Amino acid sequence: MPDMRFATVAFPKDAEDLRLQVRRFLEAEKADGRFVPHRSSWNTFDPDFSRRAAKAGYVGLTLPEAYGGHARSSLARFVATEEMLAAGAPCGAHWIADRQSAPQILRHGTQVARDHIIPRICAGECYFGIGMSEPDSGSDLAAVRSKAVRGAGGWVLNGQKIWTTNAHRVHYLLALVRTGDAGADRHGGLTQFIIDMAAPGISVRPIHDLSGNHEFNEVFFTDHFVADDFVVGEVGDGWSMVTQELAFERSGPDRFMSDYRLLTELVDRIGPAPDARQAVETGRLVAHMGALMAMSGSVAALLDRDIVPNVEAALVKDVGTAFERDIPEVARRLVAVEASLDAQDDRFAEALADVALRAPSFTLRGGTREILRGVIARGLGLR
Amino acid sequence: MLHAPASPQADLQSEPNDFSAILAEQTDRLLAQHVTPACLKAADGGVFPAAAWEAVSDAWLPLALVPEAAGGVGLDAPAAAQILRRSGYHALPAPLAETMLGLALWSAAGGAAVEGPVSLATGLLRLASGTILAEGTMAHVPWAGAAGHVLAIAEAPDGARHLALLPRAAYTIVPRRNLANEPRETLHIGTAPLGPDALLPLPAPLAGPDGLMLFGAFARAQQMAGAMERCLDLAVAYANERKQFGKPIGRFQAVQQMLAVAAGESAAAGAAAQVAAAAWNTDQFPLAVAIAKARCGEAAGKVAEICHQVHGAMGFTQEHVLHFITRRLWAWRDECGNDAHWQERIGRMVCAQGGAALWPRLVALRAAANGDRGTQP
Repeated sequence: MPDMRFATVAFPKDAEDLRLQVRRFLEAEKADGRFVPHRSSWNTFDPDFSRRAAKAGYVGLTLPEAYGGHARSSLARFVATEEMLAAGAPCGAHWIADRQSAPQILRHGTQVARDHIIPRICAGECYFGIGMSEPDSGSDLAAVRSKAVRGAGGWVLNGQKIWTTNAHRVHYLLALVRTGDAGADRHGGLTQFIIDMAAPGISVRPIHDLSGNHEFNEVFFTDHFVADDFVVGEVGDGWSMVTQELAFERSGPDRFMSDYRLLTELVDRIGPAPDARQAVETGRLVAHMGALMAMSGSVAALLDRDIVPNVEAALVKDVGTAFERDIPEVARRLVAVEASLDAQDDRFAEALADVALRAPSFTLRGGTREILRGVIARGLGLR
Repeated sequence: MLHAPASPQADLQSEPNDFSAILAEQTDRLLAQHVTPACLKAADGGVFPAAAWEAVSDAWLPLALVPEAAGGVGLDAPAAAQILRRSGYHALPAPLAETMLGLALWSAAGGAAVEGPVSLATGLLRLASGTILAEGTMAHVPWAGAAGHVLAIAEAPDGARHLALLPRAAYTIVPRRNLANEPRETLHIGTAPLGPDALLPLPAPLAGPDGLMLFGAFARAQQMAGAMERCLDLAVAYANERKQFGKPIGRFQAVQQMLAVAAGESAAAGAAAQVAAAAWNTDQFPLAVAIAKARCGEAAGKVAEICHQVHGAMGFTQEHVLHFITRRLWAWRDECGNDAHWQERIGRMVCAQGGAALWPRLVALRAAANGDRGTQP
């Protein structure tokens, strides 16, 4: 088996110092009642929180100071991220922009795009969505059919995206669009564009999820114009860029901490004197968590050294999201409770309800379990 | 043959993978040469692999964790753990882990140099008075017949505990084997007096509720992590080679998906084992070992199951090497506390401390990798 790079990583001191600052910031937020941990997560869209986090210096951590960023390492960002998740902070507004859009624009975007967008991302005021999936292009990303043709000074887009998280409230999408022939490997002829959601030629239609939440959308492009300045990377080079982007998207602590607050609620609900079964099952979950923290940290260290660890990232997400789905299943067997979103005085019942209704998405979004296992199998040399 | 770098800390920090990669390669070459299918088969029948043990000893591997000043190699724990994972990968049928940890613990407690092999007993030895042993038995002592000494914790009538190094003359042996036919004997302890140098004050890391079992669990976790890598290598190779319906079975998605699951389990287990090694000699060691043994033990069953499934009937035969690895996984996951034992330890601690304390605890655990990596347990 090829060497899977999960070496133990030492976090630099500045990252650990940052951890304590972030922790204090979040404690003050909680103390002021600005968020309720067991009712929010990295999916919760709260622009006020994003602006306060940015003001405190915790958005755009890896981005250059010239753009309002903080020029810190990926490990520093990793530490801030996991502190946000552990606290159950509502990070959803700035999440995607900070995690993957800004790094892509910085690395591959035009100077105009960088100057125009990155400072606002760092200020916690500019949010992104991901324009990858289409009705006929879900797991099979290379089947993208939205199409851009040359116009004067830019490109004219037509087509449709779907499952676009927050499309109704973000400022931009980073979208993968067909600009040429796919070629024999099907990976050619794709280009990444920054889509300005306020510009003409865009309409957004909501998709409500099974619990009634509105996060997903359909997005339609009708002769939507994108200036050359908003092309990201070389025309036709989109495939390799989205693959890189996915390594960031798949390996972070958000892939095993989406329902971390349910684990802590479970521990509190069981109380200080668990019976043997409760102790064994809780201990099992904590052992899984410990291993995942180590795996995810190792990948962050690789990203810091400009290595793109696609297979390792897929392993983190596959093992991590399986763990996320396991937590509510274990929790409901250890504490008999009827889950409810408005249990009022019962935090555990509320956290369980929230997670039960979100859980199916854990192993779908950002690459389904089956696609990830295909990536892993390729890494093993099986395809 | 085994050399610590002049300044292990500096080397490891500047190039995290270099020293570790060289060490793994050297260990692999040595073990591949000596731990052949014939050697494994003979060991399965009860023959101690004298040539392999001699090669391992000549390479100073058993002395990896003994400081240079005490006549050892002075490797740090992550490097020594890497050797143990490789020994698990090759299913080395000899007490390298027991000897390496036994010599490290004995040396750290101030004991004089002893020759290997050494075994670790996880049961409690009783002293009748002074240095005189009380009659008793200790079960599941690994490789006791091959070892010249057995390290154990001895309790005096007043409850005081000591670290004891039993010479071969202090016990008789009743043979017993684990699922992999590795010796796990029962010792009958006589009433012989121990020599004055055979009892030492108990070092702090051994004072916890699990005593020497904590270090045994550390070793088995490393060995399991290595054995799982081997299982997966064998299964991937077999899936690429075995053809059905006109193509290698590894081309079928059902097989690919199973092996991807095994790879995930193996990766998680390996990561947990490495955290335990990084936590050596820190306050985090007991929790790190508990997590490593629990995670590796759980993964071992899944990885063995999947790799057998991929191998089909061929992997179920005596002829194929797979069983040398999988029988060890099934044995090792139950030794030195099974996964449930360590999960319960973790669960009781976490529940006693409450939900809010969990996160800082987990962060401190991983941060052990930042800490001092001494060679003294």
